[in-house]
Amino acid sequence: MPAPQQDQTQPVLRLSNITKRFGSVTANENVSFELARGEVIALLGENGAGKTTLMNILFGQYTADEGSVELFGQTLPPGTPRAALEAGVGMVHQHFTLAGNLKVWENIALGAQSLTAGSLRPAAVKDRIRNLSQQFHLAVDPDAKVGRLTVGERQRVEILKALYRDARILILDEPTAVLTPQEADDLFTTLREAVEMGLSIVFISHKLHEVMAVSDRVLVLRHGRLVAERKTDQTTPQEMAALMVGAEVSAPEFKEQTPGAPLLSLRNVVTDPVGGSTGLNGISLDLCAGQITGLAGVSGNGQEALSDLLSGLVSPNQGQMSVRGKKPTRWTPRVAIGHGIGRIPEDRHKTGTIADFDLVENTILETYGTEFSRNGWVNWRAARDHAEHLIERYDVRCPGPDTRIRLLSGGNMQKLILGRVLETDPKIILANQPVRGLDIGAVNYVHGRLSQARAEGAAVLLISEDLDEIMRLSDVIHVISKGRLSPAFPRGTQRPEDLGVWMAGHGFDDDPSVKDTAHAS
Amino acid sequence: MRLEPIAHPTAVRQFGLPALAVALTFVIAAVLAMIAGANPFAVFGEIIKGAFGSKFAILETLNRATPLIFTGLAVAVAFRAKLWNIGAEAQLYAGAVMAVVLGTGALPWPAAVLLPVMAIAAMLAGALVLLIPALLKTRLGVDEVVTTLLFNFIFLLFVSYLLEGPLKDPMGMGWPKSERLIAEARLPRIVEGLRLHWGFGLAVIAALAVWVIDARTTLGFEMRAVGQNAEAARFAGIPVTAVVLKTALLSGGLAALAGFSEVAGLKGSLTLDLSPGFGYTGIVVAMLALLHPIGVVAAALFVAAIFVGADSMSRAVGVPTYLADIMLASALLLMVLAILLTKFRVRRD
Repeated sequence: MPAPQQDQTQPVLRLSNITKRFGSVTANENVSFELARGEVIALLGENGAGKTTLMNILFGQYTADEGSVELFGQTLPPGTPRAALEAGVGMVHQHFTLAGNLKVWENIALGAQSLTAGSLRPAAVKDRIRNLSQQFHLAVDPDAKVGRLTVGERQRVEILKALYRDARILILDEPTAVLTPQEADDLFTTLREAVEMGLSIVFISHKLHEVMAVSDRVLVLRHGRLVAERKTDQTTPQEMAALMVGAEVSAPEFKEQTPGAPLLSLRNVVTDPVGGSTGLNGISLDLCAGQITGLAGVSGNGQEALSDLLSGLVSPNQGQMSVRGKKPTRWTPRVAIGHGIGRIPEDRHKTGTIADFDLVENTILETYGTEFSRNGWVNWRAARDHAEHLIERYDVRCPGPDTRIRLLSGGNMQKLILGRVLETDPKIILANQPVRGLDIGAVNYVHGRLSQARAEGAAVLLISEDLDEIMRLSDVIHVISKGRLSPAFPRGTQRPEDLGVWMAGHGFDDDPSVKDTAHAS
Repeated sequence: MRLEPIAHPTAVRQFGLPALAVALTFVIAAVLAMIAGANPFAVFGEIIKGAFGSKFAILETLNRATPLIFTGLAVAVAFRAKLWNIGAEAQLYAGAVMAVVLGTGALPWPAAVLLPVMAIAAMLAGALVLLIPALLKTRLGVDEVVTTLLFNFIFLLFVSYLLEGPLKDPMGMGWPKSERLIAEARLPRIVEGLRLHWGFGLAVIAALAVWVIDARTTLGFEMRAVGQNAEAARFAGIPVTAVVLKTALLSGGLAALAGFSEVAGLKGSLTLDLSPGFGYTGIVVAMLALLHPIGVVAAALFVAAIFVGADSMSRAVGVPTYLADIMLASALLLMVLAILLTKFRVRRD
């Protein structure tokens, strides 16, 4: 459907005085902005600042309490995604909405037309997809099954889906959270292509350098209000960060220190694949006291397996693991905790917390059996005291310890998990994507705490897809690819380009030990 | 049409909707009563009179509520841990069989020893019956809804075999019926002269015990954690499989107490019609109670009152007793809907 005829200088999108309340919480207050044709605006803001709510109102998933949305000069009826879709809004969600058992072209055609209708011409659909692919540099095979695609490819399918429906406005919610640096660059190329074609883009991100790279204009949301609007070429990342949190930002300072003895050692460890991701394929690694070891790599290359191994969810099939000098025979999460491993899981909603449990219950999830009970009776008074202590010490913003944790923002949830882990005084810390999706204030807080644990002699394994984060914090970096580990890159010798080569899976073939195992199998 | 999760349900939504579900149940019943040619107010009046109108009626209602409290608790405990035990009926019969095996003279002990032994043995039997599907679930991933449901029929046929064979009363004139329990194996009445046995007391104690386990013990904490989010529970070091098996043992044991209490308290012997579906009605009771152990007592009394009241209502105004079944079924469906709507808002696109 072509967009309605209109004046080229008129804004394609106009939000006027949008206010949205959830009970006593105001998610958006009096937000107004305009989006011009061919413009890219970045929406910046802390977690819980109201970015996603605003986009859901624009997309028609929520109804605003006050204010209106105008698309191409016409007021959008509230609460109807279909109207937004038909008016040419395409949304790429943070969590993809694709059917894994269908093919790429089926996913793209789905919703635009019925897959069982007699009028469906697969060849025509695929041709159109190929054209769009080429035009926008979105390389995907229309006949591939979505379940087999990488995360980056799935995102391309999502974007193609929007383009297939003639979207004139693209909304991308945290699009680079799941991409490698190279894939992110490809995405930016696509976006520039789209802008050339006259599309307008709303780009939601936490990563300031991306915002600088891709946007024309930046809108900063704080506590649901639009606090600043800047032309991208007239601002700096520092200014944007300060606007976001409402205060100047300070990254933790890196102090040199000599590492101690290895606390956890892996020798040629092999594990099963986890879900759709690679298992470990003969990994040797030492985590030393007073040292942060960074694990870089494209997601799905064995990070899950290594994280599950350290968490106690998975045992090695082959190879040796020793934890603080002991070789555990039985390996479960409880044993791992008992050996002094503190675990910050990748997904704080699904694995880190129980959404409908309150803060007290979530606080004692790992220690109820050892510290907060006697003869099978839970000591709720002590548990509550402990929760209150954590809330205060780790600055968890919440109405109180009886709050269900699902009502907390991601940052505060993570602070509680961090407190739960650090209060057990762990000797080894697994931090898997510890700041994913967090705002800058919370990011600095978490990084500061990890640096502090390092200073106090803990061995930290930091797994992240954000190379900046890894390079800023780590004493030594390994790259993981297809379940294999690159040699160690000590601090100061790490250049992103070098790491990128290993992340792409090169270099390993020159490694004689890997060659041997490859021949053996 | 689409469901949108509600972050902060209001108190009106949380408690008003379940109340509305119960109220709607009565509206539906009223319409049906009118179709049957009766005055709905007279019908409800007779139901209330039949359930609570006399000392006899009240005691009858409490007696009827007793097995429902046990099976309701069994279902609530299991459902809270997301173990879908549809097999309370089989577990009930397992308890009843155990009561007959031990209580017909095999153990010549005084009541103070014999009754606790029978109760514990009955619980073990029920626990074992649920342990099999639970093991199939944890070991092989077999859906327990199917296995527990089908096990009901298998076990009922097994009871039928027992009553035709090893447990058949030689003095029973050929009826498929067990011997009567000895006097020491009978649950005494709570007050002498009134037809209410200690099974009811045991049921209330069981409800309180489950409540305490839930709220105060590590097992209760583990069961709730596993039910809410097994993945997070596993990550936190909670032995999920062991917790599911413990839940199965507790749930099966509670359901078996229903059988024990019916045989030792009310009937005195085992027949194939011991339970008119108490195991299934327990699901209704648990859902109406929103899976809360104290709520189970209230819900069981409500359900029992409707059944007992409907009997005398039917005699008085001539509306069939099936009205009670319809009321229960609609109460269940409306309650499930109400629970859904406390968590989600319906949006039309």
